[in-house]
Amino acid sequence: MAAVRTSSEIGFNRAAIVAVLVVTIIFLAPIYWIASTAFKPRNLATTIPPTVVFQPEISPFVKLFAKRSQLRSPPTPEEYAAAPWWERVVFNGGEKIVRDGKGEVQWSGYPSRFMNSLIVAITSTVLAVGMGTFTAYGFSRFRVKGEADLLFFILSTRMLPPVVVAIPMFLMYRAVGLNDSHLGLIILYTAFNLSFSVWLMKGFMDEIPKEYEEAALVDGYTRMEAFFKIVLPEAATGIAATAVFCFITAWNEYAFALIMTSRRAQTAPPFIPSQVGSGLPDWTVIAAGTFLFLLPVAIFTFLLRNHLLRGMSFGAIRK
Amino acid sequence: MTQIELSGVQKYFGAVQVIKDLNLKIDDNEFIVLLGQSGCGKTTTLRAIAGLETIDGGDILIDGKPVQHLKAADRDIAMVFQSFSLYPHMSVYENIAFPLRATRKSKAEIDQEVRSVAKTLQITDLLAKKPSALSGGDMQRVAIGRALVRRPKAMLMDEPIGALDAKLREEMRAEIKRLHIKQGSTSIYVTHDQIEAMSLADRIVIMHEGVLQQVGSPDDVYSHPANLFVAQFVGSPVMNVAEASVTEKASAASVTVGDAATGFEFPRALLSKLNGHAGGKLALGIRPEGVIVRHEAADGFLPVETQIVEPLGSFDIVDIKVGSRMLRARTKSGFVSGPGERVFARIDPAQAHFFDVASGRSLGVRL
Repeated sequence: MAAVRTSSEIGFNRAAIVAVLVVTIIFLAPIYWIASTAFKPRNLATTIPPTVVFQPEISPFVKLFAKRSQLRSPPTPEEYAAAPWWERVVFNGGEKIVRDGKGEVQWSGYPSRFMNSLIVAITSTVLAVGMGTFTAYGFSRFRVKGEADLLFFILSTRMLPPVVVAIPMFLMYRAVGLNDSHLGLIILYTAFNLSFSVWLMKGFMDEIPKEYEEAALVDGYTRMEAFFKIVLPEAATGIAATAVFCFITAWNEYAFALIMTSRRAQTAPPFIPSQVGSGLPDWTVIAAGTFLFLLPVAIFTFLLRNHLLRGMSFGAIRK
Repeated sequence: MTQIELSGVQKYFGAVQVIKDLNLKIDDNEFIVLLGQSGCGKTTTLRAIAGLETIDGGDILIDGKPVQHLKAADRDIAMVFQSFSLYPHMSVYENIAFPLRATRKSKAEIDQEVRSVAKTLQITDLLAKKPSALSGGDMQRVAIGRALVRRPKAMLMDEPIGALDAKLREEMRAEIKRLHIKQGSTSIYVTHDQIEAMSLADRIVIMHEGVLQQVGSPDDVYSHPANLFVAQFVGSPVMNVAEASVTEKASAASVTVGDAATGFEFPRALLSKLNGHAGGKLALGIRPEGVIVRHEAADGFLPVETQIVEPLGSFDIVDIKVGSRMLRARTKSGFVSGPGERVFARIDPAQAHFFDVASGRSLGVRL
């Protein structure tokens, strides 16, 4: 049904569209900057004014993944001709790829950091959302003594900025040997996301009519079966939305990762800026690392976008 | 063969007692309707039988065995909810098959039973659809199908058609009745709608504030209400209830409504049937069809004035003034031209009810 609109409303709508466009451009500009720098030749990365039109190169990504060292002398024509295309790209930049005694190419620090990020973020998200879903179901469906106080207590863990507890956590972790371990970071991020996950999932659980489970109970199922067969599929939207938020938090976390990890379990966020310090920074490599780092969250969010949209407006409309 | 018996059932929600000492025996194949206002405990009673609520006292017996400690899943009872509660992520087929999947039936058996129920309910062409694509009436059919498919010991229905619009409600009412006659299972049906109750029930159980008021056939509760609550709850338009005094007058009894100058003539037998209550505080109950109105004066008819006339299509409800009281009479449509008309009225003794005002109980007078 088309509603009647006055000319001032139409004017307002147009102004709103312009405002949204402006804000979108402001937000997208840094992402464009990172993405374009990731494909620039090194000499164009820092020009003033910035180079907008250029021949995109894959070399920053080659340099990102391979361990490199400075060339003392340029490669001989034979060496250059024998090298594969990705090695030539590095030669062109005045560097060479480091190989071990058997001639195997050495990886840079980035791939393992990226894997660490994936392991820690995915595991902690699964744990936080899983436990949060169970906890929220309990709070939503059963009479829990002191429910309001408990929920407040759960929320209160988010009232301080997490960095406040960084030093005591660091000392405790060092004492029990969780420093620089995947498990340590997973526990931290799970704990940090759990309160959020419980609260968000409780909202979703409350919206699922309990008659569904009651119907399943009468239909001959146990409560556990009813939970898995009826409640979980109904809560899929909520679980997806919660998972995206938890994943983003764990994926982007910087402060704890910087303090608690150094090599073995280091995630990408503290690793990427650490490269700036070593010699003359190659901004194209840093941009390539950042660009790749942005992708998982973007893909994850894109895949779950329909759930997310519903999740955003969940509870906003009274049924 | 399924009999359900409630014996001394008590239920509290916190400090509030919602079911007070409920005793009820439901026979095999019987269609029982629990009728009452919202909050009277009827739904709680139903949920207690289903195993969705625990009880705080008494026994719930199915075929003589106490089941109050059994889980809902172990009671072999099916329930249709007011909200239908069809699982939104499953197709109609999956919804109906769901209770069967809890049993150890083979895929082929399940398929056969789902299709047979779907055929009975004429929803075969809906099997592939999702519940969200169904109309209210179809959702209800699917909900009933899901309840029937397991051939449960008993069917419980909690206002199953309360969410439908008036016309569809009427259709579904007839369909539920047809289905019950065809399938013949012990059924308990909860509603606040007395028309539904009257049209469906073998026996109606009327509840008020957690207390059972009367159990009886629809005709029974309509014609012989056990107390003032039932009298005024069952029947539409509502029964007239007025304080009345009964006196002896020549060869007959006279029933005076409120402060009216003259009383209505009743057979003398009333005096003996009131059994000594004649002097006490009495209430006269008379349904609008028991107030007989005519245009000409006649023996036993009192002159009265009409007040409001409500035309209801097939008949009119006319308010007539007797003393300072108003009695509602049912007349042929157009019988009275409007307010202020002088007519003559009588009360049909055979349709009159007498209640003790203090206890509200019917005195059981039948003339």
